[in-house]
Amino acid sequence: MQTAVAFSKVSRHFGSVRAVDDVDLEIAEGEFFAMLGPSGSGKTTCLRLIAGFEQPTSGHIEIFGETAEGVPPYRRNVNTVFQDYALFPHLSVADNVGYGPMIRGVAKAERMKSAEEALALVQLPGYGDRQPGQLSGGQRQRVALARALINKPKVLLLDEPLGALDLKLREQMQEELKALQRTLGITFVFVTHDQGEALSMADRVAVFNHGKIMQIGAPEEIYRAPRSRFVADFVGSSNVLPPEMTERLAGRRAWASLRPEAIRIASGDGEQATVTGHSYLGAATKLAVDMGGQRLTMLLPAGVPVPATGQTIAIEWNPADLHVMEDEQ
Amino acid sequence: MNVAAQAILPGRGGLFGTLSDVLWRNPRLTLFLMLAPPLLWLGVIYLGSLFALLAQSFFSIDEFSGLIKYEWTLKTYAELLRPANLDIIVRTVSMAAAVTLASAIIAFPIAYFAARYARGKWKALFYLGAMLPLWSSYLVKVYAWKLILAKEGILTWLFAKLHLTPLLEAWLALPVIGGNSLSVSYTGTFLVFVYVWLPYMILPTQAALERVPDSMLEASSDLGGTPAQTFRHVLLPLALPGIIAGSIFTFSLTLGDYIIPQIIGSSRLFIGQAVYAHQGTAGNIPLAAAFTVVPIVIMGFYLWMAKRQGAFDAL
Repeated sequence: MQTAVAFSKVSRHFGSVRAVDDVDLEIAEGEFFAMLGPSGSGKTTCLRLIAGFEQPTSGHIEIFGETAEGVPPYRRNVNTVFQDYALFPHLSVADNVGYGPMIRGVAKAERMKSAEEALALVQLPGYGDRQPGQLSGGQRQRVALARALINKPKVLLLDEPLGALDLKLREQMQEELKALQRTLGITFVFVTHDQGEALSMADRVAVFNHGKIMQIGAPEEIYRAPRSRFVADFVGSSNVLPPEMTERLAGRRAWASLRPEAIRIASGDGEQATVTGHSYLGAATKLAVDMGGQRLTMLLPAGVPVPATGQTIAIEWNPADLHVMEDEQ
Repeated sequence: MNVAAQAILPGRGGLFGTLSDVLWRNPRLTLFLMLAPPLLWLGVIYLGSLFALLAQSFFSIDEFSGLIKYEWTLKTYAELLRPANLDIIVRTVSMAAAVTLASAIIAFPIAYFAARYARGKWKALFYLGAMLPLWSSYLVKVYAWKLILAKEGILTWLFAKLHLTPLLEAWLALPVIGGNSLSVSYTGTFLVFVYVWLPYMILPTQAALERVPDSMLEASSDLGGTPAQTFRHVLLPLALPGIIAGSIFTFSLTLGDYIIPQIIGSSRLFIGQAVYAHQGTAGNIPLAAAFTVVPIVIMGFYLWMAKRQGAFDAL
């Protein structure tokens, strides 16, 4: 399979701020790739480097094997779905979607036809005559998607496209985007700060922090085997155990990650812990416990009796679930 | 029981306390009180006197006695269409159109810079720079320009220093826009009009450009638009309401001005000068009133055209 986007030693500095710092990255053709990280971690700048809105301070970027530095956005066959959608307010929905073809000089009748097709693809058939101002947030999002997809880009960039939608709509769009990506076979690069979104949608995830990539891998890999404290905590908010604790529990002196759902109430002997609080989540109950001075979060599935606050319980986990991490940070 | 523990606090009492409560309960009354004085001013004093003036245009003047005949007639308007008067109208409207076009072209890059790149103190400097000319007296500026444009002025000197005198002379030799020197030519009038009204074009254009998010321009570029195409299909349509607003200023101010063409330019009259002459020394109030109707009609037509072109759609 061909490489769609390749970064080698790419940096983008704004004055003294290193927004992207020495990043190496390879995105395969047809992949659904997520860039995950807190705000200011450099993920959006990476996306803008691919789109061409930013130029790297140093390093080399290739898109489908061709050098991308110095190439303006309008000469890249890459399209973006913007966070604020950036629909043109003075154009109708059909003219918005048909903007790319219009720029390329496609005749009016033909581009109206392909705009209608693109709108049908995003479940908005017959919306062409409306103005962007008359649409809901979710509909605008779909128009922005259709406007990008009509150009049949080699890479589709999505900048936190679901951030402004409410929960129900977001879940629906997640599924639709995934299905769309599978049917079209276009490389999707998706920026998000929502780890659940990244894990559920992407084939591979890159976790960003302070302009660097902390870890790249399949969602299961990142979730199961975080390499650093930051990844363990940011992806799925794990219990991060200090080296002394790990040494006592697993015999190795290093930081370790223990997922809340891996901890259960022991049937026989186990580690002694005191319950300090709980919050009801519906499908599960989150329990805060204190295990010899170490605060832990555990997840009890619905149906398991919930111990009262202040009660001392015995807890256990499979030794394989205690993941010892390689990196120090 | 202390006050802090009460759920509902007692009224403040006094005139202002009671008044606050009454106004809070009657938002319409508040609105009425706020709008009544300006509306009264606008309605009675401004519009009232304007209509009183316009009514005069339907009277006529007795050619022998020079007195106004208070009978409804369109005779004055017929007089307006006489070649000499029509000339004045065409001259003024052409000048206003040229000034507006030039202002729009000069103002756009300045407004674009201010809206997209200037931040912090550079933005403050921009506002200062754009508005500084408005701080000094209009007459002082116009007389300053007279000196700059005069035959013995700095501009002639500059052209000579740059060995471009033939260019200036060739320009002045042109029919209509030329003349003895820049200060007595239409070119001079035009330059001063553009200088004086430019701030009124820059500020609304800048305000309109400020409202165009960066992502809009990036989206156009992302979809394949070259900078020229982005300008044509996104930036210009979105800035148009601001440019139209600015052009309303530059166009109507030029239409009505009577001082600049009197100080700088040929001795041929503009509408403002005609109004001034007819209502003053000539005592022909009806014709002066008819002349003032011309800019109003032109502006009304201009706004209607702008609306039809969709200039206000992006508001």
